Amino acid sequence: MTALDISSATAAQVINALETGAVSSQEVTQAYLDRIESLNPKINAVVTTDHEGALAAAAAADQARAKGAGGPLNGVPLLHKDIFCTAGLKTTCASKMLANFEPPYNATVVQKLNAAGVVTLGKTNMDEFAMGSSNETSYFGPSFNPWDLERVPGGSSGGSAAAVAAGLAPLSTGTDTGGSIRQPASLCGITGFKPTYGRISRFGIIAFASSLDQAGPMTRTVEDAAVMLNAMCGLDTNDSTSADVAVPDFQQALQGDIKGMRIGLPKQYFSDMLNSDVADSIRAALKELEAEGATLVDVDLPHTREGIATYYVIAPAEASANLARYDGVRFGHRCDNPADLMDLYARSRSEGFGSEVQRRILVGTYALSAGFYDAYFKKAQQVRRIISNDFKNAFEHCDVIAGPAAPDVAFPVGAKNDDPIAMYMEDVYTLSVNLAGLPGLSVPAGLISGLPIGLQLIGRPFDEETVLRAGHRLQLRTDHHLKTPQLGADQS
Amino acid sequence: MSVTTEDVAQVALLARLSIPDETMEDVTGRFTRILELVAELQQVDTDGVAPMSNPHDMEQRLRVDAVTEENRREELQRPAPAVEEGYFLVPRVID
Amino acid sequence: MSWETVMGLEVHLQLATDSKIFSGAANKFGADPNSQACAVDLGMPGMLPVLNEQAVRYAVMFGLGIDARIGKRSIFDRKNYFYPDLPKGYQVSQFFEPIVCEGIFEVPLSDGSLFPIRITRAHLEEDAGKSVHDRFPNQTGVDLNRAGTPLLEIVTEPDFRTAEQAVAYLKALHSLVTYLGISDGNMAEGSMRCDINLSLRPTGSDTYGTRTEIKNVNSFRFVEKAIAAESQRQQELLEDGVNIVQETRLYDADRNETRSMRSKEVANDYRYFPEPDLLPIVLSDDYIETVRSALPELPAAKRERFIAQYQLSNYDASLLVSSPDMAAYFETAVSVCNEPKTTANWMLGDLSAALNKEAIDIKKSPVDPEGLASLVLRITDGTLSSKLGKQVFEALWQGEGPADQIIESRGLKQVSDSSALEELVSEVISANADQVAQYRAADSAKQKKLLGFFVGQIMKASKGQANPQLINQILTKALSSD
Repeated sequence: MTALDISSATAAQVINALETGAVSSQEVTQAYLDRIESLNPKINAVVTTDHEGALAAAAAADQARAKGAGGPLNGVPLLHKDIFCTAGLKTTCASKMLANFEPPYNATVVQKLNAAGVVTLGKTNMDEFAMGSSNETSYFGPSFNPWDLERVPGGSSGGSAAAVAAGLAPLSTGTDTGGSIRQPASLCGITGFKPTYGRISRFGIIAFASSLDQAGPMTRTVEDAAVMLNAMCGLDTNDSTSADVAVPDFQQALQGDIKGMRIGLPKQYFSDMLNSDVADSIRAALKELEAEGATLVDVDLPHTREGIATYYVIAPAEASANLARYDGVRFGHRCDNPADLMDLYARSRSEGFGSEVQRRILVGTYALSAGFYDAYFKKAQQVRRIISNDFKNAFEHCDVIAGPAAPDVAFPVGAKNDDPIAMYMEDVYTLSVNLAGLPGLSVPAGLISGLPIGLQLIGRPFDEETVLRAGHRLQLRTDHHLKTPQLGADQS
Repeated sequence: MSVTTEDVAQVALLARLSIPDETMEDVTGRFTRILELVAELQQVDTDGVAPMSNPHDMEQRLRVDAVTEENRREELQRPAPAVEEGYFLVPRVID
Repeated sequence: MSWETVMGLEVHLQLATDSKIFSGAANKFGADPNSQACAVDLGMPGMLPVLNEQAVRYAVMFGLGIDARIGKRSIFDRKNYFYPDLPKGYQVSQFFEPIVCEGIFEVPLSDGSLFPIRITRAHLEEDAGKSVHDRFPNQTGVDLNRAGTPLLEIVTEPDFRTAEQAVAYLKALHSLVTYLGISDGNMAEGSMRCDINLSLRPTGSDTYGTRTEIKNVNSFRFVEKAIAAESQRQQELLEDGVNIVQETRLYDADRNETRSMRSKEVANDYRYFPEPDLLPIVLSDDYIETVRSALPELPAAKRERFIAQYQLSNYDASLLVSSPDMAAYFETAVSVCNEPKTTANWMLGDLSAALNKEAIDIKKSPVDPEGLASLVLRITDGTLSSKLGKQVFEALWQGEGPADQIIESRGLKQVSDSSALEELVSEVISANADQVAQYRAADSAKQKKLLGFFVGQIMKASKGQANPQLINQILTKALSSD
């Protein structure tokens, strides 16, 4: 395929090639499948590949295109994080507990993207049950950063980030509970977006923390993300937390300048603690936005640090209940020869869940238990409201809030496994955004010693448009998002 | 605030997890670290602040009372480890 | 030492909605196992709850029916524990802020008085599935059809002191919910389940003793017996100086005793927290008023109206309003025959007896209200004696046709023609000269007895059709003269 260099292609370029007839969907799908086969062993980003299903979908897409029909993403290959239920296709959540689980239903997001015409290539690796920031807790082994195979891709949507970075698919989906789209996007040099809580239906997404989880696109460009968002967003009456808010045309929203846009810089994000290389990259990106007419203002997010503690009470608590359904009775792993009910539960769960998942269930159970509920869970819920109010106050003075998406570039595999707090600190800039339910974007802001770092832009509730427009402006001026890692395979 | 291995064992029982003896120390240690982090919350003045469950303080939508699901037993029981005559099976429970 | 039994009741009421509380699966009794358990009910990965508006409406109707404060903002909470019939590993219930708050429920007792019971709260929750323990060797089978059925849990303050009060409360509750149409309230079928919290204390004391909870007692009779058995058990222990263990117990009807539930021995910390997949239910004043204005006439009001409108006794009125179907039947019949007292007698007497004998509901009665009304009319207009009326009722029950047709075809018309009756009386007197002489010579007590002989002869001769009142008059007159 000479028309398209899939190692670096954006979805827009794939669509263009399909529309001009330079390639067919079947050809491009086969090309991506071949690339997965040759490169995935190095990065372990993809855990299930659906050759048959993908080629069948591609054929159907080509037929539709021939008739002049087909959705906006017709025939474009895509990978789903293995947390989205795909009917008839294994959905494991990277856990032994669900290693052989084939859902009898599609997640709403999967359905909507199918309707838009995507070709699902397979499912990507992740931290087990979305609990982690490095993709090291997966039952299927860690995923590796295509920029440096000894380093993590971030997590929990590490596989999706690594896959897009390595050109295994032009589009992927992720979920973000405390930063799980934005942080891996930052570490892998791609674009990742978590919309406002309630924008995208959670129906059919395996739940981690119900009041924090949100799905989102992981792509090379903001433009591709916008097209995906148009397909993914919208009220779903199957999800009580799905917001009844009109979906704008996010692609349209990218048009227009950002003159006069006020960009808030929380002084807590730019403290002395921030790595100076990271600070330089972020400031350089901000200069680009200033050149586009935006102004920088100082804002205050006084409870940034407490956000970590707040998150690490609420998320495990909700998760401890969400994961109680995995008991070996109706689906999932069951231990051999259970002696009695207690044995069935204890062994199935202890065998099925990895150690990080078990630890978080314990923390969550503890935080809700008698005598501790007020001091831990209720207290955290109160601080959550305070953090949400902090953002409201900050947005009195600015239109978006900016900062690093992660404290540093990708770290070596195994480097942060001894101290849980060290791992949790990875998400210091992202967690509070989930607590407040705000939209957050991570866009590539350059390389530091050959490793990517991302700029995070945070917006008001349901104001994705402002955030996306700012991110898009940056990508019109810079080429960080076009850089790709050298993985050594031949491109064809 | 620190926890003992007994505390952890009690929590594990509530959560139906069995922690092997050899990892108990490690789990308890990590647990303690996390509780140290969480203790920071006590410093925040939360007097009169209502707890937040949903970030947008939304209200519950109501669904019309109608049967919209048909019998899909075979399909839904396919992932089950032990099914007989339509029942999910577990080791005998004595009340 | 004299002891006082103190009790509070928790009733779990299945709400008669078409679909489940959080999913669109059917909510019908008796389906094949797991044929009414959709992916949401099974708690499958990624599934989410959506709230049934009818369940909310029914809860509000109940609250208004007992004049309780409605919780205008209520939330759902997760009650966390592991059990095979609880698919998600938590039950969605309402702990912190229920939809119905405090109220008073006035319970009619058999002596005609009203006993006020304080209702603490009533809240919405989902039912769990069912386990069968004796169908599979060494295994328990789990059927999740019932998982997700909407429940209203109604909690009282510990205001009960006797089993009679408890049963009266349950009967009144059954009546109220059937009137509201929100539940079958059927204890035998499990649509109304009763847990009894019971403790003892020395009479006159105002502190509470340690209580036990007797779960899932499923008939009025068993409620009485369970209360008696548990009170006795606790009394014996207390008198021996043994402390009562706070625990959950089951009533064993075969042995007429309560026993501890082994499966509940593991201490349960339910770790309640607000359900993040559901949002607060917020009810506007307008909504509540709309529900209120659509409420049917409730039993208490109907009972008062029956007493006033139909001049019925408190007792008769209470029985007639105990079910909405019975009350409707009564009013339809009376609208045809305009004889409330007689209609009430026939309904509470022969009709109820026949219905009970065949264990059918009044809705399925082969004698419809119009049929009964026509029978009542023939009795009050003198065509039929009461005794013959019973024959006609039997025939109506068997479906032999309308009352008039039965009377015609069987020739049951009561003879009330004075001259015909006088002739009959003369004949019988002439044919029984000895008895007549005995009668005239006897004292008044003996006369009464002998009169019966003559009446019997006349009834025989007339094939039961002689009007008994007239016969008595004519006979007495004929016998006393010379």
